[in-house]
Amino acid sequence: MEIPYAVHPRPDTGIYNAKVGIWLFLASEVMLFGALFSAYVLIRVGTPPGGWPHGWQNVTLGTLNTLVLAVSAITTLMAWVACKVRQFGKFKFFHACTLLLALTFLCIKGFEYDDHLTHYEIHLVAGSAAGSIADGHMVDNDPQKDYVVIKGRYANDEKELIDLRSQKEVQETELKIPRSQIKDMQSYGPWHNDYLALYFTMTALHALHILGGSIVIGYLWGPGRKLWKVDPEHFTNRVEVSGLFWHFVDLVWIFLFPVLYLM
Amino acid sequence: MSELKTAGQHNAPFVGESELQGHAVDFKSYLRRCVFVLIAVVGAVSLMLFASYLPAERFSWPAKVAMILAIACTNAFVVAGFLMHLISEKKMIYTLLAFTTFFFAGLIGLTVWAMQDFPAGTVTH
Repeated sequence: MEIPYAVHPRPDTGIYNAKVGIWLFLASEVMLFGALFSAYVLIRVGTPPGGWPHGWQNVTLGTLNTLVLAVSAITTLMAWVACKVRQFGKFKFFHACTLLLALTFLCIKGFEYDDHLTHYEIHLVAGSAAGSIADGHMVDNDPQKDYVVIKGRYANDEKELIDLRSQKEVQETELKIPRSQIKDMQSYGPWHNDYLALYFTMTALHALHILGGSIVIGYLWGPGRKLWKVDPEHFTNRVEVSGLFWHFVDLVWIFLFPVLYLM
Repeated sequence: MSELKTAGQHNAPFVGESELQGHAVDFKSYLRRCVFVLIAVVGAVSLMLFASYLPAERFSWPAKVAMILAIACTNAFVVAGFLMHLISEKKMIYTLLAFTTFFFAGLIGLTVWAMQDFPAGTVTH
């Protein structure tokens, strides 16, 4: 049985059903991300002055990822245009570009996550000569050894570590810290503070959307292209619907980038 | 992505099918549109970065946040308008988006409204 209005627009809505479906889905997605953004507003406004971290993200990598997604949104659109003008070779090229750019985005995001998860804040026992906190990236954390090595610096107060943007140059050296001097240590994962909890939740959810979109685009580029030979207009509509989702993912990042990296 | 108003350059055996929804597509005009969007996005990102590094002595934090969000909204409008074709969509989509905007505004608005709404005896910072 043929699914009605998969290609032709419905007379009452003026568009084909899948397009109504994707817009309804995107509306629900707006509410999903909206809930997280409202959580951000609530927590951010409730934080005491001077307590919100600044400069904890690599702005260069964030900017690069923004541009990567912007270009991928364009290649997605051009893939659809190529389908419309019946140039399947160009469609394959543009969709391959989108997939590569999505992979690039995820790799950069993975690198950023790794950077946070290997970054430690080590609280030292009272009376330690250099300071009360050692902060930096873990170099050696072999449990067999009675010391850890990080590449970072000492600080006297957590407040020194909150606003990194105002600190022009931070000298980092390799610090060898005996385990006997360590009171506790914690990586910069989502458990570290509210900001990182929001950062990891929002960006991980966004990255999952990138992954999901990539799977759909990969399917259309690979096994799904059989439909092109049978019903090119139906295939073109599928590309359009997947493209709308991809543009939405780009839109979310347009707000995530300033909120988490710049503000 | 369906309201396309430019003339078509079909080189395909399916001539006429892309007019199923009453429009045709021109590859080159879309390429030009994409270049415009890319330039706009790069410009918007540069402006956001510039705004975020403005000196704190001359620009208050709320002013900087407002500037950055205004630029982000403009950037989003360009992407949604031109890449998602929202500047020329069907009434059905606009209706759906109007409802979404209403509920989204409600979601954020209720959060902000309830921000100081603590039960009696709650200890805060």
